[in-house]
Amino acid sequence: MASDPVKDTIAKTIADNDVVLFMKGTKQFPQCGFSATAVKILEHLGVPFKDVNVLEDQGIREGIKTFSNWPTIPQLYVKGEFVGGCDIMREMYSAGELHDLICEKGIPHSHQHA
Amino acid sequence: MIALRPTRLDVINESELHAGHRNSPGTGDSHFRILIVSEVFSGKSRIERHRLINDLLKDELAGGIHALALSPLAPGEPLPKG
Repeated sequence: MASDPVKDTIAKTIADNDVVLFMKGTKQFPQCGFSATAVKILEHLGVPFKDVNVLEDQGIREGIKTFSNWPTIPQLYVKGEFVGGCDIMREMYSAGELHDLICEKGIPHSHQHA
Repeated sequence: MIALRPTRLDVINESELHAGHRNSPGTGDSHFRILIVSEVFSGKSRIERHRLINDLLKDELAGGIHALALSPLAPGEPLPKG
């Protein structure tokens, strides 16, 4: 099978970074409400993350949907595993599960346990 | 959606709220919020629940729907706030 450069790029990005958010815009300047919410959640948890602006790369924008089998942006990956989109992040955050996941995966972050 | 045999199905069209923003297609049928309660979701993970719905809406998501917020719940699970 011929290698797919977009797929390779995505695979490398999620392998090289503990937490990756594929989003519209950047963490400094999100260009979509859902992406903005996702950034806020990660910032609230105090977890460093790599932002990938899909608006800058049409290949990644479509490729990540196929890669994750998920039709919408944003998309969160933790330690190479797909976690979900904005709704799932919000639900997990509210239930404390996102913080638990970050802890379980041993990712350093500044948010302290209550 | 009926395939999921929902006991509750709320579809809210929020397109008006996004009519002006960048990348919005401005068709009036672009931004939706769906609350769906179904036995089908019992014992399924969040990702599995979303995938069931995304698969059913595959054509719409590939075409006109620009944004979709989902709350898939099993019976008895608390409704989301707001």
